[in-house]
Amino acid sequence: MSRRRFEVLVSLKPGLLDPQGKAVEGALPALGWSNVTGVRVGKHIELTVDAGSDEQARAQVEEMAVRLLSNPVIETFRILAAEEANP
Amino acid sequence: MSEPRPRVGVITFPGSLDDRDAIRAVETMGGRGVPIWHADASLGDVDAVILPGGFSYGDYLRTGAIARFARVMEAVAAFADAGGPVVGVCNGFQILCEAGMLPGALIRNRSLRFVCKPVDVRVETSLSALTGGLIAGDVLRMPVKHGEGQFVSTEEELRRLEGDGLVVLRYCGPDGELDDRHNVNGSTGSIAGVRNERGNVVGLMPHPEHAVDPDVGPTGGQALFASLLSFAAAKV
Repeated sequence: MSRRRFEVLVSLKPGLLDPQGKAVEGALPALGWSNVTGVRVGKHIELTVDAGSDEQARAQVEEMAVRLLSNPVIETFRILAAEEANP
Repeated sequence: MSEPRPRVGVITFPGSLDDRDAIRAVETMGGRGVPIWHADASLGDVDAVILPGGFSYGDYLRTGAIARFARVMEAVAAFADAGGPVVGVCNGFQILCEAGMLPGALIRNRSLRFVCKPVDVRVETSLSALTGGLIAGDVLRMPVKHGEGQFVSTEEELRRLEGDGLVVLRYCGPDGELDDRHNVNGSTGSIAGVRNERGNVVGLMPHPEHAVDPDVGPTGGQALFASLLSFAAAKV
């Protein structure tokens, strides 16, 4: 058995306008940071999976990312595996 | 002999808001409104289906992302595959996009603000379950009310949408003019509604169900409901 903690990073595809990122970018110069460009806001999802093996767990996270955690039409995702699961 | 009244199913998801208005609009326009529950396995005996607006499952994660896995959605997909008319309004549009039954996706409005006001939309095609009785260029007035209605898609998909005439409605001015000022949420190509290849599945952000009664506002929804009922009646 394997218990693994994963992080799934979901980002809007590069070509698409990101209204949230733009709003954040627009707010930064008011605070004195006028040298920042390319702000993109995405999602960070953490989860723990119990599976037969690490490989099975990762394959499942991959499938969950495609079917639910991201929308492949507008988003891409990256999966990071933590060293050990937090209880 | 009286005309049969087409039966139009309206699905209620947890968080749907406009289901009652949709049923009322169907009845006002001469159809029969049939409530359908999201956990139902079957649509029963209906001639058309409406997915109404609201905030299904709180719209957590993404709008419509969780509702698309509701039990009833398998029946909706089968109904659409068989050629049955399926219309998604606002949150219903978002659900159909998430389910892959319509192209594209709906993201946060360009302004980052919720918009709630009457808008004009221009009909782009008669070849859909919702616009069969209209001609391209007709302008209809009805309200929008959404925070996430900006239509986007990949370059490739957008080329296909425009090339194959899959855009059904665009935000416009009172005379049908397309410009940035009237693009209420920043949608690509001012797109307010799209259809599938077959034309039996249609999604739109504006609310025709709030625009059938002259006593409470604009009536741009009447012609869309009339078209939907004719399309449904042809299948009865």
